Amino acid sequence: MSFFLAAEAGGPTITAEGWFLENVYIIPLIMAISFATILFFGKRMPRGGSEVGIAAVGVCFLLALITAGQWIGQVNRADSCTINPEDQHVICDGIDVTEAEKAAAAGDPVSTFGDGEFAAGATGFTAFAAEEDGEKQHPGVKAAVSQRTWWSNGGIDFTVGTMVDGLTVTLLVVVTLISSLVHIYSTDYVAGDRRYTHFFAFLSLFTAAMLFFVTSENTLQMIVGWELVGVCSFALIGHWWEDQDNSDAALKAFLTNRVGDMGLLIGMIVLFFASGETWSIIGINEAAISGETSHTLLLIGSLCLIAAVMSKSGQFFLHTWLPDAMAGPTPVSALIHAATMVVAGIYLVARLYGVFFEGLSISGSSLNALALVGGLTTLVGASLAFVQDDIKKVLAYSTISQLGYMAMALGVGAWTAAIFHLFTHAFFKALLFLGAGSVSHAVHSFDMKKDMGGMRKFMPTTYKTFLIGSIALAGLPPLAGFWSKDEILVGTGGWGFFEGESHANGAYTVMLIMGMITAAMTAAYMTRVMYLTFFGEFRGGHHDDHVHDEDHAHDEAAEVDHAHAVAHHDDDSHDDHHGHHGEPHESGPRILWPLRILAFLAVVVGFLNLPKGFLGLPKSILQRFEHFVEPVGVSYFPGISHGDPSWSLAIVSTIVVSLAVGVAYRYYFVTVNRQSPAATEMVNGPTERFPLLKAGHTMLKNRYYLDHIYDGGEPVGAAGATAVATIFGAAAGLALGFSLDNGLDQDFVPSLIWGVVLGVTVFTIVSLALRTGVGVASFVKGRLAWAANWSHEHLIDGTVDTIGETSVKSANFVYRYIDQGVIDGTVNAAGAGSSGAGDELRRWSTGQVQQYATVMFAGATLLAGLLIIVI
Amino acid sequence: MEAFLDDWGLTLVTFIPLAGALLMMGIPKENESEHKTIALGATLVAAVIGVLLLFNFDYGAAGELQFVVDKSWIDVINSRYIVGIDGMSLPLLILTLGVVPLCIIYSFGHFPEPHNPKTFLSLILVLETGMLGSFIAQDLILFFVFFEVVLLPMFFLIGVWGGDDRRYASLKFFLYTLFGSALMLISFLAVFFLADGTVAEAAAPTANTFDMRALSTGATGVISRNAQLWIFGGMFIGFGVKVPMFPFHTWLPDAHTQAPTVGSVILAAVLLKLGTYGFVRIAIPFLPEAAAAWAPVIGLLAVIGIIYGALGCLAQSDMKRLIAFSSVAHMGFVMLGISTLTDFGINAAIFGMIAHGLITGMLFFVAGSVKDRYHTLDMDRLGGLLVQAPKMGWILGFSAMASLGLPGLAGFWGEFPAILAAYNPAEILPEATWRGYMVVAALGTVLAAGYLLWMLQKTAFGTPSAEFEDDPHIHDVTTYEWIAWAPLLVLIVVFGFYPNAIFDLTDPAVIKSLEVEGVAGTAGGCLEMGGNAAQQCFDAMREATGTASG
Amino acid sequence: MYLVQFLLLSSILFCIGVYGVLARRNAVLVLMSIELILNSVNINLIAFGRFNGATIPAEVFSLFIIAVAAAEVGVGLALVLTIYRNRKSIDLHEVDLLKG
Repeated sequence: MSFFLAAEAGGPTITAEGWFLENVYIIPLIMAISFATILFFGKRMPRGGSEVGIAAVGVCFLLALITAGQWIGQVNRADSCTINPEDQHVICDGIDVTEAEKAAAAGDPVSTFGDGEFAAGATGFTAFAAEEDGEKQHPGVKAAVSQRTWWSNGGIDFTVGTMVDGLTVTLLVVVTLISSLVHIYSTDYVAGDRRYTHFFAFLSLFTAAMLFFVTSENTLQMIVGWELVGVCSFALIGHWWEDQDNSDAALKAFLTNRVGDMGLLIGMIVLFFASGETWSIIGINEAAISGETSHTLLLIGSLCLIAAVMSKSGQFFLHTWLPDAMAGPTPVSALIHAATMVVAGIYLVARLYGVFFEGLSISGSSLNALALVGGLTTLVGASLAFVQDDIKKVLAYSTISQLGYMAMALGVGAWTAAIFHLFTHAFFKALLFLGAGSVSHAVHSFDMKKDMGGMRKFMPTTYKTFLIGSIALAGLPPLAGFWSKDEILVGTGGWGFFEGESHANGAYTVMLIMGMITAAMTAAYMTRVMYLTFFGEFRGGHHDDHVHDEDHAHDEAAEVDHAHAVAHHDDDSHDDHHGHHGEPHESGPRILWPLRILAFLAVVVGFLNLPKGFLGLPKSILQRFEHFVEPVGVSYFPGISHGDPSWSLAIVSTIVVSLAVGVAYRYYFVTVNRQSPAATEMVNGPTERFPLLKAGHTMLKNRYYLDHIYDGGEPVGAAGATAVATIFGAAAGLALGFSLDNGLDQDFVPSLIWGVVLGVTVFTIVSLALRTGVGVASFVKGRLAWAANWSHEHLIDGTVDTIGETSVKSANFVYRYIDQGVIDGTVNAAGAGSSGAGDELRRWSTGQVQQYATVMFAGATLLAGLLIIVI
Repeated sequence: MEAFLDDWGLTLVTFIPLAGALLMMGIPKENESEHKTIALGATLVAAVIGVLLLFNFDYGAAGELQFVVDKSWIDVINSRYIVGIDGMSLPLLILTLGVVPLCIIYSFGHFPEPHNPKTFLSLILVLETGMLGSFIAQDLILFFVFFEVVLLPMFFLIGVWGGDDRRYASLKFFLYTLFGSALMLISFLAVFFLADGTVAEAAAPTANTFDMRALSTGATGVISRNAQLWIFGGMFIGFGVKVPMFPFHTWLPDAHTQAPTVGSVILAAVLLKLGTYGFVRIAIPFLPEAAAAWAPVIGLLAVIGIIYGALGCLAQSDMKRLIAFSSVAHMGFVMLGISTLTDFGINAAIFGMIAHGLITGMLFFVAGSVKDRYHTLDMDRLGGLLVQAPKMGWILGFSAMASLGLPGLAGFWGEFPAILAAYNPAEILPEATWRGYMVVAALGTVLAAGYLLWMLQKTAFGTPSAEFEDDPHIHDVTTYEWIAWAPLLVLIVVFGFYPNAIFDLTDPAVIKSLEVEGVAGTAGGCLEMGGNAAQQCFDAMREATGTASG
Repeated sequence: MYLVQFLLLSSILFCIGVYGVLARRNAVLVLMSIELILNSVNINLIAFGRFNGATIPAEVFSLFIIAVAAAEVGVGLALVLTIYRNRKSIDLHEVDLLKG
């Protein structure tokens, strides 16, 4: 029943072939079976089912690699083919492939794509492909699609199937790789958890759902996968649901996503009808690109889908669930809320890029909804990351910011750059999360200021890998983040604005500036995290001796089985120098090896896509990622332009990043550290606030002032999260006392939103002011932060709260007065009416026979009288 | 065997439960185990015959009535005993045959006060006969009789075995439904007198007929537009009360809240479907022209119901009442599908009926079991179900997920296609209106997630409150519960993965129900015309029918 | 002899009967009054039969009525007797078991 679909091509193409490309469904299937096995039999297994999960995901990773290999083979095959200039047929090894594929497709009943319809669009692609290549013309490679009818109704076939191309295999590899590492990591991290088996079952289910999503052949399937990953995320965030905070966070995540899902449903339905009743991703894209679909509908569809992207991929202003989602176990955060699920929105846009490209008119413009949302998100995320004490929340905001980067890249037409950034980010952000988990595993806390500091002495491997991840995230050459970030900046049009022309899809200069600012802020906050976590002095031991048990009661680490903790003392060679119980020690090998592997990848994956003409290296090692992933020359992908890589841009961005690192380094490593060797006091001493206000020349005072910022900063994160949660709640009408106002304390003043507004320049100036301790600094901080906080609480939060309260009130009103009063009242009134009439009649029934007789005779007389009169 | 099934299958299925009830009458009250055996036996025998029917059903001709029996019944008014099933009624028939035995098994472990299994079980058996009969009847009077038979047992189930406020709730349920039925009966009679049975191919020999086969294939074509509108209005209220549609829904929360668990399950799983089934089987095929005129009202009330039901849920603190209000919202999706008057929308509606039957039935089961253990359904006092009864907590979570329309579970295929259908209603209807409905309905999915997860959080998550912490009565799922629940849970997953199991069946039947044979233009065709053309089409049909009968 | 004379007589009897039924409190008297009413009807029937000429002799109906009245009085007196035994009274005003 399963067969191979060859869609009619626009330009000269060949269709990818290969057993794994056509049968990729086995990869999600394996994970689904693994889920069922663990769920039903896991508890009886010696390792609680984790062995099944690890085996399954390991196999999937290998299969994903093989699939990727086959895809690369197909692209290489295309490179060896030539195009007959007369009839545009593809000739490979002397065989006319186009003719052969046509013949194969002729007998194919599911091939619904019109033969000639896309010919007009096709010529453009051909020319484009040629131009891009610069020399010899090669055919494009079409995705391998296999499908079968799932169900049909009312004459509409709903298919299920797989579609594999470069984008799919990228995600396949990323998901299975990160998932494998997280599985291994988790066996140590959640060891002894009372729901160990369920944890692994849901990891499997999540992986299955995510793989199902990325291999989707049609948009209906994408909806299914999209919602399934959402529910897994819900289950895993709420893994420790005994605690109200965790289940609140889980609910918030699910419901915020549900708001976006509304956009998804409507958007997909609009696209379905707009492109002639097809769910097929290829069909929808082709219809959009060929101009067959009305532009209005494309715009409506893409705006609806942007709402979905905003919720799933944490874009401003639906991002607030993501920091709260950190309530889940850290491996989950790494897998779901950093590397895979949250990029589903990005993937969605990339998959339906024809729709967005045409619908938002990305080409030739300088602003559109997607780019703007992405740009704002990246700034908002980065500025909020600055003020978090919780190391996971820093990373969460950082993820938001980086996702904004990707969305922005897609918005400006830098498709490949966005996907490449997705690819690199998955590795270094998973690395950072897992590193943070490793640290917290040792100190039983996520609070950098209270319980960390100086960790590099205790955890050298974690430190080294975390450092690599930080550099990669900050975007310093030559680590992974640099290459992908630089590509995005190029994609915005680069310096085109200043030259009066654009080298990319448009002159998105505003986005370029936003990207630059974010790059600087990212570098600065990662420097801060490095300092607070790994440098200075260890601040966590002070309460460990006597509150150790209580710690276990309410910390995530409580789930760590004590016996197990002792066990990995033995296999850890680094902990020889701390004898007593409370001192942190390096994690075990099942935690460290994933870190090492990810660190290695964070260093090298950037080289996969060296820019064109880089250092005069041969073409065969440049732009490999783009070459294999970007679907050039096929009818379902729009003709995007690539900006020319620019040395000046790369150098400027590197200087900006270095400057930011330098400034932050100066504060933390030099100023703070030198002034307060006793890190604990420095961080926690509230009495030192007044000296700060007096003068800032001394290092002590500078340090104190930063402390003040941090105190103000932490609730800002919480408030931001709460605000968006409230938005969700309001939009959803879920006002029912699902309390959302934790952390809205007015005393704590939020912070670096001014950075959002004024950018890196202001940040530098203010930082300098802080260093010199002038009152101006506190003024700027106080006023601007206050203003930011005010708008946050009153404009966003206030509106949301009001809407939420109003919906609850209206719900109560409707229920109490309209439902119970008017509608039910009417019914009851009818009843009361009849019973009243009964009461009245009751008085007539006295039981006196003679009265009855009287009435009877009276009646008879009356009738007789009537009879006489009438007759 | 097959010949036997053809002739007797449906009749046996319907009346075996009734026979069981009669048998139980003769056995003294004290012999509880015999009563249990007979009740379960009767429903199981019916279910087995149902399975045989399922296997003998010709799926290639799901659009045609099968196992038809047509015997003389009340000659005076030309009402005949006509039964038969097609792809539309088969799933509902099987649903009923499946749910009732499960309810009986469940009740073994949880007889509500005042106990008395004899009466309780025989009432359920009578109820089953009524429900099954309604799905197989092809004669209006027969349909009406079965439709009303359902009322009385349910009245007693609520009124005798119900909660504290049971008398009010049972009376309200009874009167409300009876009121609707009265109007419905008038409409049926109007159809009888106004329609012309000789027109249709499947015609009865006389002009005035209750034969639904004739009436749904053009016999009603002669009725003037005005009369059609009135008749449809009567049916609309009759069926709408049963669905229940906003604003006729107020009996539902009371009835559900007060009914014993099994009563709630049957009410949600099957009884509500009688209303929607009436729409797709009787109201729309009989009177397509009036249906088109009424459709905007139906659609509007449907989306109001979706939002309104959800808001109602959010205002509740009683778990069972919340689930009851969620029924209003879910049936709103079903009615939205029906209001589009398209094949696609009505299919979606039928799927929605089945899915809602399974899922909401399941939720009521769990709610009943929670009540059994905690003796309260006040969500402010509950919590930590997952701690005290983890399996039940998971089942509740699963059912809530299914109910909020998670893809991969049955609920999604009731909800999403209905929304999809609303984008593109029949040509005769103003599409802008339905697109508005679509957006509102989509908002309803968000609210659904809100109230269901909220319920889940309040009841399942967290830790148990002090008053229940050490309660020895609180235990996990029992064997009876497993047996009763497992089939529902499995079906929720199966239909979620393979919706075609139902769509395949219903599609031909729905297509046929929208068509009219034997006259020039078909009504289904008229529905797919815009503006004046549609009206002219209907008028032409009327003329053609008049000529044919004249 | 005129028809009207009989009708007059019967209406007088009827009125006396009605008065008795409606006004007397003694159940036995009420029963007797009912007999009066029935007999007034008998007179009417016979008179109409005699003066208008009927195919069936009017006396037949009178005989039926007398027979039924006898049975009725029997049942009625039995009821009165039972009431008396239960209540030690046959005052109709005290018998109001049908009161709603």
